[in-house]
This record gives sequence, structure tokens and C-alpha cells, in this order.
Amino acid sequence: MSTKIEKEEITIKFAGDSGDGMQLTGSLFTGNTALTGSDLATFPDFPAEIRAPIGTLAGVSGFQLHFGSRKIYTPGDECDVLVAMNAAALKANLTNIKKTGTIILSTDGFDKKNLRLAKYADGENPLEDESLANFEVFKIDITKLTREALKESPLGTKEKDRCKNMFVLGFLYWRYDRTMQGTIDFLTQKFAKKQDILEANIKCIKTGYHYGDTTETFTTQYKVKPAPLEKGTYRSIKGNEALVIGLITAARKSKLSLFYGSYPITPASDILHGLAKHKNYGVKTFQAEDEIAAVCSAIGASYGGDLGITGTSGPGLALKGEAIGLAMMLELPLVVVNVQRGGPSTGLPTKTEQSDLLQAMYGRNGECPLPVISASSPSDCFEVAMEACRIAVQHMIPVILLSDGYIANGAEPWRFPNAGDIPSIKVNFKKPIGEDKTFLPYLRDEKLVREWALPGTKGLAHRLGGLEKEANTGNVSYDPANHEYMIKTREAKVDKIADFIPEQKITMGVKKGDLLILGWGSTYGVLESVTKELVAEGLQVGHTHLRYIRPFPKNLGKILKNYKKIMIPEINNGQLSKVIRDQFLIDVIQFNKIQGVPIMKAELKYAIKEVLENM
Amino acid sequence: MTKNNLKAKDFTTDQDVRWCPGCGDYSILAQVQKVFAELEMNPDEVAIISGIGCSSRFPYYMNTYGMHSIHGRAPAVASGLKIANPDLSVWIITGDGDGLSIGGNHLLHILRRNLDVNILLFNNQIYGLTKGQYSPTSEVDKRTKSTPMGSLDHPINPLAVAISADATFVARSMDRDPKHMKTMLKRSNLHKGSSFLEIYQNCNIFNDGAFFTFTDKATKKSSAIFLEDGQPLVFGENNEKGIRLDGWKPQVIDLEIDNYSKDDLWIHDEGDLYKAQMLARFFDDPRQEGFLPRPFGVLYSSERVCYEDQLLAQLNEAIEQKGEGNLDQLIAGSVTWEI
Repeated sequence: MSTKIEKEEITIKFAGDSGDGMQLTGSLFTGNTALTGSDLATFPDFPAEIRAPIGTLAGVSGFQLHFGSRKIYTPGDECDVLVAMNAAALKANLTNIKKTGTIILSTDGFDKKNLRLAKYADGENPLEDESLANFEVFKIDITKLTREALKESPLGTKEKDRCKNMFVLGFLYWRYDRTMQGTIDFLTQKFAKKQDILEANIKCIKTGYHYGDTTETFTTQYKVKPAPLEKGTYRSIKGNEALVIGLITAARKSKLSLFYGSYPITPASDILHGLAKHKNYGVKTFQAEDEIAAVCSAIGASYGGDLGITGTSGPGLALKGEAIGLAMMLELPLVVVNVQRGGPSTGLPTKTEQSDLLQAMYGRNGECPLPVISASSPSDCFEVAMEACRIAVQHMIPVILLSDGYIANGAEPWRFPNAGDIPSIKVNFKKPIGEDKTFLPYLRDEKLVREWALPGTKGLAHRLGGLEKEANTGNVSYDPANHEYMIKTREAKVDKIADFIPEQKITMGVKKGDLLILGWGSTYGVLESVTKELVAEGLQVGHTHLRYIRPFPKNLGKILKNYKKIMIPEINNGQLSKVIRDQFLIDVIQFNKIQGVPIMKAELKYAIKEVLENM
Repeated sequence: MTKNNLKAKDFTTDQDVRWCPGCGDYSILAQVQKVFAELEMNPDEVAIISGIGCSSRFPYYMNTYGMHSIHGRAPAVASGLKIANPDLSVWIITGDGDGLSIGGNHLLHILRRNLDVNILLFNNQIYGLTKGQYSPTSEVDKRTKSTPMGSLDHPINPLAVAISADATFVARSMDRDPKHMKTMLKRSNLHKGSSFLEIYQNCNIFNDGAFFTFTDKATKKSSAIFLEDGQPLVFGENNEKGIRLDGWKPQVIDLEIDNYSKDDLWIHDEGDLYKAQMLARFFDDPRQEGFLPRPFGVLYSSERVCYEDQLLAQLNEAIEQKGEGNLDQLIAGSVTWEI
């Protein structure tokens, strides 16, 4: 009989070759974990190459999951358990394991060839020397056990070996005292037409589970109680999924057809895939010939009365710049989703970075201010998607929505709303007018917003274009005073949006005190949890996180004055810091990490304490 | 479209037309306005989308819906518009620089997708708005401000490109033949699918006379051949010359001298893709001795299903198969749990 130990929280990292199926294993284990009621956060981390050379460090694909019986804000700094399918996976993750952590090794991944590919010195083998002595190490010959389990299966050896990840999954289900039925149901659906593969997968999960149960080496099972989450119905959600759902919801709530023009780019392609699956919601997807055509098609669709949306990542945003400027001049609604990744140029396509705040703010020719909003977590993408659409259609303007690779692929539990409880987004098209009346396309209301007049409407024929417009008539104008007036008016129109967004709030810690931690985007979790710990230690720290970056909420200036110092942690070289200094003429302390990975709790906490000690 | 009694002038706007006096664009604008009136088009149901360049100022002078977009991207804007509202009559106005240089990519893709739009490419073989650099259709060795020793670029053959992109309607006309242009505009409008009409347009400031060989009274009949479906390929002062096929090779014959009659000539068939490809290759430099006459008229016309119709059909099919999307189901996904 095994003993059961209760844990408050656990971090597991699945690591293997990019062909080992670690992302699927991680996702399935995450789904299973969510059903137990734990709170959780995940961080998938994969190479840019689809199949990097097998066994190399460059080919290591990882999936980190942090779950617990308390509120979980981040995927965890260091892991309690590392599953390493080969030598490279071990080597790449060795510095990320807790000092007394557990390592589960697939011994067949440590043969001579694998050791050499992982750049271990000749004769060096971590399985045989003392380098892993401080860890609890379980060595399992997963390949042998998998093949043995499948000896009756008609599958070839290669296909059998692909089931190794299911053995691992089954073993972990035993170790964390889980049930397997949900996963078996999922596989049954996935492989409905491939009976042999289905049977092999199920067999391996069960074999893995029983291996844990019956092998005497494994004496301990770990249990994590449900987290004290708010009562309600939950699902697991990734950022890109939440964007898809949010955009469709916004289209429904505004009674508009959704048009999504996009060109495939990592890590934004899943939005295109997700939307293309939902044609029965009236979603039109258009895979354009390039990034420029993608945004231009969305502008054309908006002109025609659809909710025009385009999605991309940093390099694509650069290509779309001119067209976004056009949409700004046309004063048509447009949502530009930018799932940021490491830059500049092609940069780090599969790694996360808060790379494009300045590009979103300033990356167009001429005076071209636009609303910029950002998502702070996977589930937050849902609300931010709706906000972007609301601002775009109600203020007749392109809105840039910033997400990033970390929240795009990371997952968390989400207490989702009822569709009926979501407020509608009011859209007014200009009504037809009689021949005796003149339509002024650039006449503005009190929000400084012009009317949306659709081609096909009687009496409203008008011409739009990228040349400077005369106020009210929208005719081409080269008049010097008019140009300045229009520039100021378009800027005032953006600033006016501040009247239609909520005020900024302190989400954690003191409302007045020594240090304000100011953040935006995907750093929310780590900033919130570090602040929580510092406050518990009695320190005078507060955290506020920006969703609206242009315009800022009206009370942000006031909040900044309530603290002696401001610290801005970012996964870039200090982009929000520049904007805050520019707008408020105050200094800020930067904390920047630009390594393609999220900020760790420990490093941030250390940096904050250092600031507080020197005050 | 509803019947109306509009005249060509009802399609003009109150904006001053700002092309240079004598520009070929005036003729094209006038013919489009006349044709729209003759076809009883409803100005509220027409959208004219352009890019950047002299020709792309066109929408400002048409009393319809219109957008002067950005350089080269009109086909992409028009694609989105047509998908959003397939009932609109969408016209794209572009030029040789806008449509074949900076926007060449988009032109290929709208043609292969076959959206139901009409594309008018004003070809003047020069960059006018930037004051006289050579364009992708300029002849080799052209001396311009940017090519003081003569241009090196081999010119693009717009109709060959369009046919290669599987355009379903490909035609050519000229600014100096209003009657022919009107016929071609009407044919473009009639065609369901992307129609591509290249119009030779004289830039009297930077490239005066680029097409005079084909448009000038003195040489037009001997250097231009006007295609008519089902009719033999004849040209010349008194239609005394013709084209026959010698195997796969087109051959100019003189009906008065050679031992051939009209029965031996190539009979134009708008639906024949192979012959259309050959016609598009009648693209000799008219400075060359014995050049093949340049074809005008409809080189190719065929039917293919339109992109926007298929896109909307897929939405209906999805609704038939899965039922109209339910928002609560979408938000909840497939696996949920209670806490």
C-alpha cells in the first residue's frame, strides 16, 4: 500500500523531444488537474522548428504546470517534478528543479547517442555519476515497457514508441491519485477512426498507471485539495481560445458579422484556426496572401459593415502599419490583435516578450495615436477582445489589442459568464437620407466620433481616403490650418475614450505607501503573487495592472502620486517605463527581463526588496 | 438594380478634377460615367476602390461610394468589402505602378480567387504622380529621371500575367477609342467574376505618345487588331491583313497578296484559354520591324464560381450541419466542472 501525502501546491515540468508529445501530455494532465478543482497555470515552451534534430538541446519541448489548493498566479519558478524523456530534456531543465525535487527519467533516452546529442562529455552520464544525487530520481525504461505493453498490437515499432507519452501520463495519474476516464473519453473521440492507435494509447495509460501502483519503488502518492475558488462553473482556457470566443461574442453582441483577415504567423495562427472552426456562428475568415492584404481586407469589410478584425504578431504588425494608419484616417472600426513574441525582426517566434508596446503606440507614419489595450491572463483575453471590439465600433477607430505568446498558449481555469449576462454593444449605422439632404461623412458627435455609413445605403454616397480630410465634409484638403485641426481632433478623439473606460484600481496591497508595482499584459500573475507575499511580510507595496494603455485611465496619475517610488517590471527593455515617464514626468525604476520567458517570482521579489531596503 | 433616369453628369462630384489637362484619364472617367448612366447603375450600390497614383484619384470624381486606399492594396480592400456585402457593384481602379509593381501580389490573388469585381488598370507605362520614373510596363532602355542611361527592366505583360493567374475575364482597350472602351466597360460589368480590363492611357506630360502606334489614326489600323468573338483576326487599312496559325505559330498574312482567304484565318474564340494565352503574347515592341499587331477587345472570358459566393455558402453549410452557433455552448466549451 502506498502512503498518501497532501501538498498545497506542485509544479511539474514535462520535457522531451519535440516529437515526444509533451505538449499533449501536459495539456491532458492539465485538463485532468482542472477537474479536481485545483487552481492552476501553465507555460508551454517549444522550439521554433517543427521538428528540430531529434535528441538535441534545440529540440527540447517543455510544458510546465503549477497547480494547488490555493490561488495560483504563475506557472511556478522551479519545478517539484521534472519528467525528462531524454538527456537533452534533462540538461536543458536541470537548473529549474527545486533542490530536493523529483526527476522521472526515461532511461532509453540516455544512450550514447542521446548523451552525445545533448552535449554531455564523452563518458559522462548523469544516470551513472553523482550529479543527480540531491534529487529523488526515478529511472524508468519507458520504451521497453511501452513496447512490452503493446506486443500484441498490430502497430509498427515507430507507432508504438509514439505511445510513450501516454505511459508517462498514466504513471502521473497514479502518482497524483487521479482517475483516467476523462482522458480515455477524449482519446476515444480523437482516434474514433483509428482503432489500433486508440487501443494502444489506452493500453499505455493503463500500463503506466498500474506500473506506479504495483512497482514497489513507488510508495507515495500525492494529493492536492481543491482550491478555494469562487463558486461557479469553470472550464480550462488558453489565451488564444479566449480571444476567439471573445471576438465571436462581441460580434454577436453588436449584431455584426465577424470578418477575420489574417496571414499565418506564430503565435497568432491559432486565432485564425479557432475562428475558421466556427463558421456556423457566421464567422467569415479570410486567409490573405500577406499581412498587408489581411489588414486591408479587414478594413474593406468594416467599410462594408462587418466587424473587421485582423490578427498577427510583431513582424506582421510592422507590415500592417501603413494600412492601420489608413483605417485611422478613414475613421472606420478595426481590431488589430497582436500576439507578441520575441523581436526584433524574426526574433524568437515561439518565445514570449512584451515586445511591441512602443510599436503599437507609435509605429506608424505621421501623428497616428490609437487606442491600445492589453490582456493580462489567458481568461482576460475574453474580456479584452470584447473591449477592443466595443471601442472600435463605438469610437470608429482601429484598436490594437496586445496579447503575447505566454498567455496565448498558457491555460488557467475560467469561471465563464452566461452569454445572457454579457451586455450588448450598441452600433448605429447611418440611416438613409432623402435627396434634398446632404450627408457630411466627417461630422462628429460629442465623443468626436463620425457616423458609420455603409455603401448600399440610399443617399449616403461619399468618398473616403488616406489624403487629409476637410473637417465635416471629408473632402480632400491641403489647407494648413485644417491639417493641424484634424490632427488635434483625431488625437482628442482617442483621449476622449478615457471617459468610457473604468478607472484604474489597486489589485493587491496598500493603496498608499512606499512602492507601487505597475505592470501591463502577461506579467499580471507574477506581479500579483509577489506583491501578495511582500504585503504578508508587512511591506508597504501595492500592485496595479494596466489594461488600457492608450488612453490611460483618468485616475492613473493620481495613483502614481500615492507612492514614494514606482517600479515597472516588463519582459522588454523598458517600454511602458518610457511611456509613463513621457506622460507623467516622473521617474520609475525599471525591472527588465528579455529572455523569452516569463519573469520568475523569486528574481522579482529579490529586486523589489533591494529597492525597499535602499529607500 | 432599380431603374433610374440618371445622366452621366449625375455620376460626377463637386470636386475639381485635378489631372493634367490633356490626360487620358479624362476620357476614361467620361466613358465610365456614360456607361454607368446607360446601364442605369444606382450610385448608392456602387463602390469604387483605388490605390495610389494618378489613376487612383478616380473615386473622388465619381458620385458613388468610393475609397482612395493605399498604394497597391485596392484589391485587398475590395475583397473584404465584397465579402461583407456581395450585393455591391465593386470597381477597382489601379495603374501600372499600383497594380503591377507595389500591388502585383494582390492582383494575382484577387484574380485567382475570382471575386466578382471589375478591375480597370490604367496603363501609361510611366510613374506620373512621382513625376516621371519608368514603370514596370515601360519599354526596355527607357530614359527617365531614374534611368538616365536607359532602363534595364524587361517590361511586364499585364494580360499574360492576368491569364496566368487564371483570370476569368481579360480584355484591353484604349483611352483614344471611347466607343470601344464603352463596349469593354459594359462587358466587364456583365462578367460575373473578376474582370481585368487594361486601358492604354496616354500621359501627355511624362510619356506622351507611348501608345500612338496603336491609337493614332495613321498607324492604328495596321498595328492594332480588334477582336470579335467568332470573327476572323483581321486588321489593316482595309482589313486586308489577317492572322493565321501555322501550326502553333501565328503568322501575318496579306489577304490581297498571299494565297489565303478569310476562311484560312484564326477565328477568335473568347472561351479558348490556349488561344487567349497566345493572343496575350502578341506583345512585340512596336519599334521592332514586323511586329505582331496588338490585340484589343476581350481576349478571354469564362465562368468560374466566385470566392465570396463560396465563402458564404460554407457559412450556410456549417449552419446546416451544426446548427446556428449557440453562444453559451461556445463560451462553455466541451469540458466544464462545478466548484
